[in-house]
Amino acid sequence: MNDASMFRREEDVAAAAALRSDRFRLEREGDWLRLERIVEQMEKGRPGRIADDEVRALPTLYRTLMSSLSIARESSLDAGLIAYLEGLALRAYYLVYGTRTSFGAWCKGFFGGALSRAVRSIGPDLLIAFACMIAGAIVGYLLVAHDTDWFYSLVPAQFGDVRVPGASEEVLRSTLFDTGAKSQDGLTVFATSLFSNNAQVAILAFALGFAFGVPSMLLLVHNMALLGAMMWVFVQRGLGMEFVGWLSIHGTTEMFAILLAGAAGIHIGRSLGFPGQRSHLAVMREAGQRGAQVMVGVIVMLLCAGLLEGFARQLINNTGARYAIGYSILAFWLVYYFLFARKRAV
Amino acid sequence: MASASLPAQHVNPKLARILVTPEGVAMDVSVATAGARLGALLIDIGIIFGLLLGFFLLFLLIGWAYSVSGLPALNDGFAAFMIVTVIIVLFLARNAYFLFFELGPRSATWGKRSVGIRVAARDGGRLSAEAIIARNLVREIELFLPLMFMVSTGVQGGLTTFAGWAGTIWVGIFMLFPLFNRDRLRCGDLIAGTWVVNSQKVSLGAVVATGETAREDGKALSEHGGRYQFSEDELSVYGEYELQTLEKVLRADNVEAQETVCAAICGKIGWNPGAGDERAFLEAYYTQLRARLERNMRFGRRRADKHSQG
Repeated sequence: MNDASMFRREEDVAAAAALRSDRFRLEREGDWLRLERIVEQMEKGRPGRIADDEVRALPTLYRTLMSSLSIARESSLDAGLIAYLEGLALRAYYLVYGTRTSFGAWCKGFFGGALSRAVRSIGPDLLIAFACMIAGAIVGYLLVAHDTDWFYSLVPAQFGDVRVPGASEEVLRSTLFDTGAKSQDGLTVFATSLFSNNAQVAILAFALGFAFGVPSMLLLVHNMALLGAMMWVFVQRGLGMEFVGWLSIHGTTEMFAILLAGAAGIHIGRSLGFPGQRSHLAVMREAGQRGAQVMVGVIVMLLCAGLLEGFARQLINNTGARYAIGYSILAFWLVYYFLFARKRAV
Repeated sequence: MASASLPAQHVNPKLARILVTPEGVAMDVSVATAGARLGALLIDIGIIFGLLLGFFLLFLLIGWAYSVSGLPALNDGFAAFMIVTVIIVLFLARNAYFLFFELGPRSATWGKRSVGIRVAARDGGRLSAEAIIARNLVREIELFLPLMFMVSTGVQGGLTTFAGWAGTIWVGIFMLFPLFNRDRLRCGDLIAGTWVVNSQKVSLGAVVATGETAREDGKALSEHGGRYQFSEDELSVYGEYELQTLEKVLRADNVEAQETVCAAICGKIGWNPGAGDERAFLEAYYTQLRARLERNMRFGRRRADKHSQG
């Protein structure tokens, strides 16, 4: 590209143009096209290809464009030109006021404090969700203790095939402790599909917060009732401690994750129901974004839970070790969420 | 280059919004139509499906190559590991696809790009990563979870009529939700504080009337019109709307349209339309009409169309 000759040609055309507004355009279009090239590269995610002097020129070019647009609107009737300027101005505006952090920097800020602060900021909702889960577990346990038929209506048929009321201790014990390598592979697959399933329960509990949080609470109660019912089956055969150990190794992480997800849903529902002095939309936006941060934490926790379930539970066949691992991980989550990054709280 | 579209005139006025930048410039944005949103979604689903299909074919190919090569059979643990990978990929694919693209500098998935729309913050401020995550998590509940539920129970034969209808109504309510609010917000947009707006790329068209045609005859348009000179009365019949229609005709460069418009203008101002020189005539008329309207504009007198005074 021969810049000098192009420039001369443009000058000729500018001199020849009949209209003042066309001369205006021809004098400035070089800057606009230069900005458009920069915007193009940035949109493609290749800021490295922009030369240093172009980067330095960017603020000036952006302001030139904005003032060109204002002038063109007041002095030109060239609709094509104005459409171009508006389109380019909007693209540049979105870039200038777009997400500024890189993905890496966002991760650092997020896991280094923002996540913990988001969890702490929905404290009351955590208490509500926790109460729902405790209530659910107790109700499930008591219902089945009262009448074993409740078990079949609480627990889906394919979920616990051998783990039903009246199963022998031997059968139940075999589901808790691995005996051969054969069942191990099947269990790994099962664990992962369960991870995926639990992730969906968590997302469901969050998203259902829309309906004033009521479905989120019901979902928590129902899930824990299922657990309470299962608990009763094992307690009947004197395997309560072993069952809790089997569950704890990944369950502490997983149930904590579901608790957080439910609390995030309740948080949205609560701000929808009681927005206070401010508009529904503004309150919901804040609640939604706070909830979304918590949900990213939830998904990370569910991934950890899936790994623990898939590998650690099969490898560790000792109830004491299971308790130790499960609860030290729970302690880690509690410290991370409730004690970490307190000083920088904004 | 010659066919810069004029989007401002195609936008449904109900969807037009004004965004004021920190520089104080008011910019016209327009909310994406429900049709464009649906189109983008279908394209995205198609792409995800295609990617997954490719992934599985690759998987099968590797498995086939392995069995053909006659290496020792794998133990069950490895097979289990592969199945685990597949399950995780299935779960991540649709979540990651939307997040990855909407977190990028264009804030639009391939589907959204292809129909020319993007995600933006509703208040004109920064679009945060949290907002993108929130709007996409809610998509799960609006669409993918009920659909997957219906498909999986349907395959197993356990889908009751009631559950089928309930699922359909559920998806239907969420799909129609954008039609019932001014800003075409999906539930996810509502929660995240985002909206989806048009972002067509408009290229800079050439100067409409360069006078090239007129200059062939030895006279430049800068000396006002070459062979065609119009009086003040002849120019005062039209306003800005007609000028921009004429601009479109000149940009499109369609000979038949030019003949029609030329005849219409000649009829209006009482000239006899000649043949074969329509382009030069229209360029001259366009230039002089625009010069007149822009001159008046500088004095604060604007004229919307031929029916208004000015």
